[in-house]
Amino acid sequence: MSATTSDRIVAHPKYQELLRKRNRFSLLLSVIVLIVCVSFVAFAMDPVAFSARIAEGSAISWGIVIGFSIEVFCFIMTGIYVWRANGEFDAINRALIKETSQ
Amino acid sequence: MNRLFSLAVLAVMLALPTVAWAAGDAITGEVQKQPLNVIAIAMFLLFICGTMGITYWASKKTTSSNDFYTAGGGISGFQNGLAIAGDYMSAAAFLGLSGMVYMKGVDGVFYIVGWTVGWPLILFLIAERLRNLGKFTFADVASYRLAQTPIRSLAASGALAVVIFYLIAQMVGAGKLIQLLFGMDYAYAVVMVGVLMVGYVLFGGMLATTWVQIIKACLLLGGCTIMMILGLVYFNFDFGQVMQAAVANSPRKAEMLTLSPSIGSDWFTSISLFLALMCGPAGLPHVLMRFFTVPDAKEARKSVFYATGFVGYFFIVAVTLGLLAVTLVGTDPSFMENGKLIGGVNMAAIHLANKVGGNVLLGFISAVAFATILAVVSGLALAGASAVSHDLFAQVFFRGRTTERQEMLVSRTAVVTLGVLAVILGLLFESQNIAFMVSLAFGLAASVNFPVLFLSILWKGLTTRGAFIGGFIGLITAVACVVLGPAVWVQVLHFEHPIFPFEQYTLLSMGLAFVSIWFFSITDNSERAKIDREGYAHQRVRSETGLGAAGASAH
Repeated sequence: MSATTSDRIVAHPKYQELLRKRNRFSLLLSVIVLIVCVSFVAFAMDPVAFSARIAEGSAISWGIVIGFSIEVFCFIMTGIYVWRANGEFDAINRALIKETSQ
Repeated sequence: MNRLFSLAVLAVMLALPTVAWAAGDAITGEVQKQPLNVIAIAMFLLFICGTMGITYWASKKTTSSNDFYTAGGGISGFQNGLAIAGDYMSAAAFLGLSGMVYMKGVDGVFYIVGWTVGWPLILFLIAERLRNLGKFTFADVASYRLAQTPIRSLAASGALAVVIFYLIAQMVGAGKLIQLLFGMDYAYAVVMVGVLMVGYVLFGGMLATTWVQIIKACLLLGGCTIMMILGLVYFNFDFGQVMQAAVANSPRKAEMLTLSPSIGSDWFTSISLFLALMCGPAGLPHVLMRFFTVPDAKEARKSVFYATGFVGYFFIVAVTLGLLAVTLVGTDPSFMENGKLIGGVNMAAIHLANKVGGNVLLGFISAVAFATILAVVSGLALAGASAVSHDLFAQVFFRGRTTERQEMLVSRTAVVTLGVLAVILGLLFESQNIAFMVSLAFGLAASVNFPVLFLSILWKGLTTRGAFIGGFIGLITAVACVVLGPAVWVQVLHFEHPIFPFEQYTLLSMGLAFVSIWFFSITDNSERAKIDREGYAHQRVRSETGLGAAGASAH
C-alpha cells in the first residue's frame, strides 16, 4: 500500500462517510449487547427473580427462558450487522477504493 | 522421503488405538466385557480412518507456510463459521456443560450466555479489522504499527500460556472419556490423544484441521439433536414436563433454578467469570487464527454470523441434554456406583446417549466427543506452533531473515514438543475439573491477548511500551491468581488456605492490564511512541477498507 493511496483515501469524503456510518452502527449495536449483558448478570445474581416461574404451577423459570432468548438475540444481532455491512457499507467501500486507486 | 515417513506414522497411528485398547484390556480385566464397546470402537476407528484420509489429502495440498497456517485463505464464510463453532464446541462445552446442569442446574445457563455474548461484540468491533490487518497470527495485527520484537514476544507468551491451559483441560477430558468407555488405562488414553494430535497437525496443517473441525461440528450438532429429540420423547415433547421432573430429581431440588454458591455468592466471582467467558474468545489464538483462513472481510463477518448461530443452538441443546439427564440418567440405578454417577459428573451426556439411544448412539456420541477433543487440541497445537515458529523464531530471534523451509521445520518441532508437554500435563492434572480449567484459560486470554489486540486496533494512543508492560502485568497477575488461588494452591499443592481467595480472577487481571496499558502509553514520550501513534492513521485506513490486505489463494 503506497502512502499516497492511503492519503487520498483519508482525504476522500466517502471514507469519512464510511467511518461515520459504520462506526456509529457498530457502536450502537455494541452498547445494546452490553446493556443486555449487564442486565443479565444483575438478574442472575437475584435468586428470587432468576428462579421465578413463568406461570403458576409451571416449573419453567424466567432465568432459563431469558438465558435461551439471549442466545437467539445474539444470532439476530450478528445477522443485522452482517446484512448492513456486507451490503450498504461494502458498496461505499468498493466505490471508495475504485475512486482513489488511479 | 517425507511422504514415506508420513505414511509410516499414519500406519502407526491407525494401529495405536487397537494396540492400546488391547493393552488396557489386559490390565483391567473384566470391566470392558460389555458388547457396547465393540460398536463404540468401530465408530471410533471409522472416524479416525476418515479424518486421517483428510489429513493425507491435505498434506498433498499443503505446500507453503500460507497453506499450513491459514489453509491458503480459501475457506468460505459458511465453512469457516462451522470451523469456528467447532473450535468453540469443545469437550468441556459439551461434556462439562451438560454435567454442570446435571449437578448444579442453571449455572450452565450463566455459562452459555457468557460464552455467546462475546461473539456479536467480536463481530462489531474486531472481526473485519482483524482480517484486514493480519496474515497468520493475531500478533501480526497487534504488532502492525508497534515495534515487532517486544509485541511479538508478548503475544507469543500470551498465546502459549492460553494454549497450554486449554490443552490441559482437553487432555483430561479425553483421558477420562476413554477410560470410562474402554476401561483403557488413563495414561494410554492421554498418550494416544497426544500422538493423534501431533499427526493431524504435522501433516495436514490448517487445511486438515479446518476440515476435521467442519465434519466434527456437523456430527456433534447432528448427534446432540438426535439425542435431544429421543430424550424429549420421554416427556411428550413438553419442556414444562422436563423442567418439572428436573426440579424433582435434581440434587439441589428447586434450588437448581438459582445460581449455585460457587458462582453466584459474591459479585467479584460472578463478574470475573462472566468477563472471562465474554472477552476470552477474542483472545483465543486458535479461534483468532480462523479469521485469516477466509478471503476477505465480507467472509470474515459471515463466519461470525454462522458461528454465533451454530454455537447458540448447540449451547441450548447442551443445556437441554443436561436437564434431560437429571431425570433420565439421575433416576436410573444402572448408571450409578456407590450412589455416584459412573465416570463422574462430566459423563452425564454420555450416559444419556446410552439411555435414549442404546449402544449405537453411545458409540456414536463417544466417537464424536473424542473427535471433538482431538480436533480442538489440533487447533490449539497449531496455534501454539505458529506462535513459536512465526512470531518467536522468525520475527523475534531472526528478525524475518528466515526461509519458509526453516520456519516450517521449527513449527513442526514445536508441534511435537507441545504434544509431549500436553501429555505430561494431562497426566499431572488428572483430577482437575475440565469446565473449570477452561474458564481459567479463557480468563488468561481475556487478560493478556484481548486487551492488547483490542487497544491496538481501536486506540490511537497505544504505544509499544504500554502494550508490552501492561500485557505482561495482565499475564503475570492472571497466572499468579490461578496458582495462588483455590484451584492450584489448595487442590494441587495441598496448602490449607489459598493466598488469593477467589476462584475467578478476570476482573482484577483484565482491569489491571487495561489500566496499566493506558497508563504506560500516555506517559510514554519516547521516539518509538511517536512512530506508534503516527502509524495509526495508516493502519486505520487498511483496517477499515481492507486496502492492501493479503488476498486468498484458491484451491
